[in-house]
Amino acid sequence: MEYIIIIISAILVNNIVLNQFLGVCPFLGVSKKIETAVGMTGAVAFVMVLATIVTFLIQHYILFPFGIGYLQTISFILVIASLVQLVEIVLKKVSPSLYQALGVFLPLITTNCAILGVAILVIQKEFNLMEGVVYAVANAVGFGLALIIFAGLREHTDMQNVPKGLKGVPIALISAGILAMAFMGFSGIV
Amino acid sequence: MNQWKNFTKGFIKENPVFVLLLGMCPTLGTTGTAINGLGMGLATTFVLVMSNLVVSLIKNLIPDKVRIPAFIVVIATFVTIVEMVMQAYLPSLYESLGLFIPLIVVNCIVLGRAEAFASKNTITSSVIDGLGIGFGFAFALTILGSVRELLGSGKLFDITIYPEDYGMLVFILAPGAFIALGYIIALINRMNKKNA
Repeated sequence: MEYIIIIISAILVNNIVLNQFLGVCPFLGVSKKIETAVGMTGAVAFVMVLATIVTFLIQHYILFPFGIGYLQTISFILVIASLVQLVEIVLKKVSPSLYQALGVFLPLITTNCAILGVAILVIQKEFNLMEGVVYAVANAVGFGLALIIFAGLREHTDMQNVPKGLKGVPIALISAGILAMAFMGFSGIV
Repeated sequence: MNQWKNFTKGFIKENPVFVLLLGMCPTLGTTGTAINGLGMGLATTFVLVMSNLVVSLIKNLIPDKVRIPAFIVVIATFVTIVEMVMQAYLPSLYESLGLFIPLIVVNCIVLGRAEAFASKNTITSSVIDGLGIGFGFAFALTILGSVRELLGSGKLFDITIYPEDYGMLVFILAPGAFIALGYIIALINRMNKKNA
């Protein structure tokens, strides 16, 4: 039951992009086409789950026992950066087809605040490892959902006759706002 | 004169938020009120100036291949300092900015300036560049925060301008952040076009 609450709240109620403002850069950057949005979602999901597991272990087996919690920011970002590199190297060798699909997005992920944000949130909310993994997966799904809906919207608005001054980014931001408003409708569920 | 230009470019012409569209997460996430926006902007400015300074000091010592991880460690160090100082002296601001303070590490503006400017320029111009871009960022966040606070709750820096009952609550909530930023960028685009 608890898992279901975590999942619904992460995907719909507190959507990571539209409600918590994490990962807005890729949300605006790669949402011009649905295909790239799908690729980015895959890469984010992959790294997010891996990073959450690794940072969880580091926090609970290294930082807490030695009382060096203040090194959280530095150690997490280094771990995530090297993890992304590692994933890139491994994927290239093991599954070239998957690498082709996700490869371009991997370097961008190090500076995606959603990854570091989720890793820190899992520690702050005092989840155990299983809950943390569920939370990471749910957030990745929430990110994907928002990104893919938004890409669809943008493909559509590109064809419309938008007022000159609002063309491009401004109209995209305003439609993101309306999308966020739609997601606010879920706020009573959990 | 040249340094002055270096300093002022961050405000309008190369404003990191309104023109370059960098650092969107803290821009949207921390601008519920003008004070929070200003606080976040100044915290980022400190990190930006210090990391620019250190990066330009050590630029000749770092091998080219490991420069990005090295920059990240420098940035993360200053973010940790900001985090601890804020927790000690400004606990209420620390509470309301929350997660976004450690996330300064992954703000693309900071790493972007270290890589694009500080690693190629002298110490003085790197510091001035950091100050300019940082103040531009703080300026953008304060403007967005003021607009949202004024429309949402009728206040400006916590001073009541008109009764709260007439405010549009949505501007303090998440959707208002996107919508307000969208219209501000449209306005800036128009102003820049007229100047050119």
